[in-house]
Amino acid sequence: MGAYVIRRLLYGVGVVLGVLFLLFILFFAVTKPEDIARRALGEKAPPEVIEQWMVNHGYDRPLWPWQDLDDNLLFDHYRKMLTFEFGLSDADDSPIIDRIAAGIGPSLALTVPLLFLGLLVSIPLSLLVAFFRETYIDRMGVFLCVLAMSVSMLLYIIGAQFLIGKILRWYPISGFDPTLLMMPRFLAMPIIVGLLGGVGGDVRFYRTVFLEESSRDFVRTARAKGASEPQIMTRHILRNALIPILTNVVLAIPFLFTGALLLEAFFGIPGLGSITVDAIAANDFATLRTMVFIGSLLLIVGQIATDLSYGLVDPRVRFE
Amino acid sequence: MSALLEVRNLRTTFPGALRPLPVVDDISFSLARGEVLALVGESGSGKSMTALSILRLVPKPGQVVAGEVMLAGEDLLQLPVTQMRRVRGARIAMIFQEPMTCLNPVVTVGAQVMEAIQLHDSMSKVDARARTRELFAEVGIPDPDARLDAYPHHLSGGLKQRVMIAMALSTRPEILIADEPTTALDVTIQAQILALLRNLQRDRGTAILLITHDLGIVNELADRVAVMYAGRLVEVAERKALLSDPLHPYTQGLLRSIPALSRAGERLPEIPGVVPSPDQWPAGCRFSTRCPLRFEPCAELFPEEIRPAAGRRVWCHEVERSMGGKGAS
Amino acid sequence: MMGFEPYVFSNLVTVAVLIGLGLLVRVVRRQRLWNEAARQLWDRRKLAIVLVGIYLVIGLLDSVAWKGGVPEDVVDVLPNAPLTLIDRVFLGTKEASYSAPLALVEFYGAAPLRRPGTHALGTDILGRDVLYLTLKGARVALLIGGLTSLIAIPLALLFGVGAGYFGGRFDDFVFFLISTLASMPGLLLLIALIMAMGRDTLSVCIALGVTSWVGFCRLSRAETLKLRELDYVSAARALGLSEYRIVVRHILPNLAHLIVITFVLMFSGLVLSEVVLSWLGIGVDGSWGQMIDGARNELSREPIIWWNIAAAGSALFGLILAVNIVGDGIRDVLDPRTQKGPT
Repeated sequence: MGAYVIRRLLYGVGVVLGVLFLLFILFFAVTKPEDIARRALGEKAPPEVIEQWMVNHGYDRPLWPWQDLDDNLLFDHYRKMLTFEFGLSDADDSPIIDRIAAGIGPSLALTVPLLFLGLLVSIPLSLLVAFFRETYIDRMGVFLCVLAMSVSMLLYIIGAQFLIGKILRWYPISGFDPTLLMMPRFLAMPIIVGLLGGVGGDVRFYRTVFLEESSRDFVRTARAKGASEPQIMTRHILRNALIPILTNVVLAIPFLFTGALLLEAFFGIPGLGSITVDAIAANDFATLRTMVFIGSLLLIVGQIATDLSYGLVDPRVRFE
Repeated sequence: MSALLEVRNLRTTFPGALRPLPVVDDISFSLARGEVLALVGESGSGKSMTALSILRLVPKPGQVVAGEVMLAGEDLLQLPVTQMRRVRGARIAMIFQEPMTCLNPVVTVGAQVMEAIQLHDSMSKVDARARTRELFAEVGIPDPDARLDAYPHHLSGGLKQRVMIAMALSTRPEILIADEPTTALDVTIQAQILALLRNLQRDRGTAILLITHDLGIVNELADRVAVMYAGRLVEVAERKALLSDPLHPYTQGLLRSIPALSRAGERLPEIPGVVPSPDQWPAGCRFSTRCPLRFEPCAELFPEEIRPAAGRRVWCHEVERSMGGKGAS
Repeated sequence: MMGFEPYVFSNLVTVAVLIGLGLLVRVVRRQRLWNEAARQLWDRRKLAIVLVGIYLVIGLLDSVAWKGGVPEDVVDVLPNAPLTLIDRVFLGTKEASYSAPLALVEFYGAAPLRRPGTHALGTDILGRDVLYLTLKGARVALLIGGLTSLIAIPLALLFGVGAGYFGGRFDDFVFFLISTLASMPGLLLLIALIMAMGRDTLSVCIALGVTSWVGFCRLSRAETLKLRELDYVSAARALGLSEYRIVVRHILPNLAHLIVITFVLMFSGLVLSEVVLSWLGIGVDGSWGQMIDGARNELSREPIIWWNIAAAGSALFGLILAVNIVGDGIRDVLDPRTQKGPT
């Protein structure tokens, strides 16, 4: 198991380097530094101002190592990103790292509860539907899920805000307060909306997982032993179903970012998602670059953690 | 010996394109206490489904639609599910063909056997564990203490099957249904498992319903044999009688096609044609499409049961005719 | 490109797509397996298929444009602009600003409309008929979902099957590429690509393709690895078949059902992603997403202006729902396990 952990971590490091390379290509090679300068300063800016801006932001050096081994943007990029030296925003020259530090807290406060509450709601629902397979409960459940899945998250948010703000006129629909007491008040709405948007797809998927596990041979053995259906569901099916469910959690983490992006922006949560949205509007490439990196980093950590947790759930992996 | 299990007119259907197809079609047989009855047939003959029907484990969308399964006077098919569960595993146990997939991969084998014990006996965990250890030793699993905490993927096929047998016999059932227990195993392991089954059967007096397509196994273990073809029984007899003097053309064909050293160098005889699929069954005898002794009534009229001797049952027009029976209608 | 005007190019692409569809229908008709599957699908999901068909037809009607034929009194379009059939139906229906569905006067100020009572779904802030905009959005959605998938899937197959079948360095490279791309949250990668490449329709489609290609590549690679070990592939190799033939005749047909299912799922995923992109300001012009984004602030006005967002939202929901239902149907029909019999 130890060797597996080490291999997995090393591969993760490799992937981080790959991500950085891709980011470099996108933000330095595909988009020339002059273009970034022009977008920040305006089309009409005179060449000297652009030059100066580029020097200030460190864009005035050659891109590739073979152009200048000691002083090139590629190595610079790697060095800075890996040491979390993110520099200044292209839009307003503020230090990026400060904004990130401020943003991580609210983002995690939204994303992590959303993930776990999602599981808490979806798994029992899908167990219920799978238990009553082929009956009306099952068919209705699946149909509702497909219905729920077909609505864009945007519409859920708009709808929720419209309902709560306009019709019911409940508490404020956007904003944030970092104190522990007030946080739930502002997070409640986005989490509920986030759950609504995700539950359809999750329940459908988990239902499929449970049904697949139900048709396995060892379930027949358990039935032949005289076990009751609830016993079979919990002792045999659920335990085996955890493996593909765990996989799905890994796959769902990127969508947490997406959803969090929307939720944060709409509900005024000052997290990483909000920062990203602002950066798009302001053409702030430096911040965007950093946000994608941070997002990927978090995702990689999440994937590694879930991969390693397979060892806990699946004894076949443990002894490899 | 009184009949322990009596199956009468059992019919199990699966939905077909036009109408439900009876994959188990009007099967009747009995199993006496302590006897080994082999249910023989090719793939698709319905023998496995018969076994599953007895325990009411037929997978959806199939269902048992008619018949009675009498266990010591009670019809299992009419029992409420909660009571049926007490029969399963405790009075009738079943082991399956593929030990690889029949055990839960994320639970230790010891725990799985203990589950079987604790479902039917109110034993403490410690006692159940001790009992499991005893069982492992009885079925010939080496180093039983260590094996209690092993996971299925640690064990070879033969060991897994032994675990299945231990699990099945843990509650001292009256009947053991063994569905092709050795088909998925190596030949050398096959012999060991068969020997194990034979010894256990003798020591405990458990009746065994043995499902197989291998006549060699029939010869080793069975007291009586029932031959199935395309969902129906074609012949039932005591082992010696069946093997030395088969009456039904299908049984004759099966026996003829066993390779024998005495006929080395000759061409291996085979039964021409293939088993018809359920939607192509003829109205009469289902073997008629391939039978060398076929004559007029065979394709249209299903042969009734004949009892040519004590303990023998056959379904064949030709046999009927040669016995001077009712004759062709 | 190629000196063609954009509308000629898009006409050609439409024709090419139609020909492709025709060929597909021929293939399905010929092969018994697919024929059976198609018939079963039609039996089970008639309504959804018809709905998808309606969207397809509307999209097609908006895909072929030609110049000329503009009446004298119409002022809001240039006389020589290429117009599609749908454009022509709604020619001259532009009002000054908002109006409610089937209203006779403008929403603000109650000035009389040029075409009172004809706007079934009202008009938007620029006075454009909402039904017209909604119908035009169908083509955009089909473009985003369909065309992008048609490019992403073959690409994913090329890399995935190639990596799975041939292994070696190529496989290492592809696997690393997949891992890297999969480690970047989809939306963030999408944003990065669009910011880098530009916000025009083509760039957005390419960006969408790049982000959705990864999942199917991984899947086809995994399946190919499994299929490669099967006995009949070894048998084919032993018979001396060239690797190319083995891949085309033995591996690809077994991936066919996955391809179909992936296409359908990808379609809805892409269209929904574009909605988010529109809201971020980097979507495709004329899409329902843009309509929704443009209209969402109107809900807070008093009295509320609801018809544009309702129209776009419903159209979007209808298409996605229909595609999802058909997709489910396809999955059920093609999955060998749901055809289980008494064996």
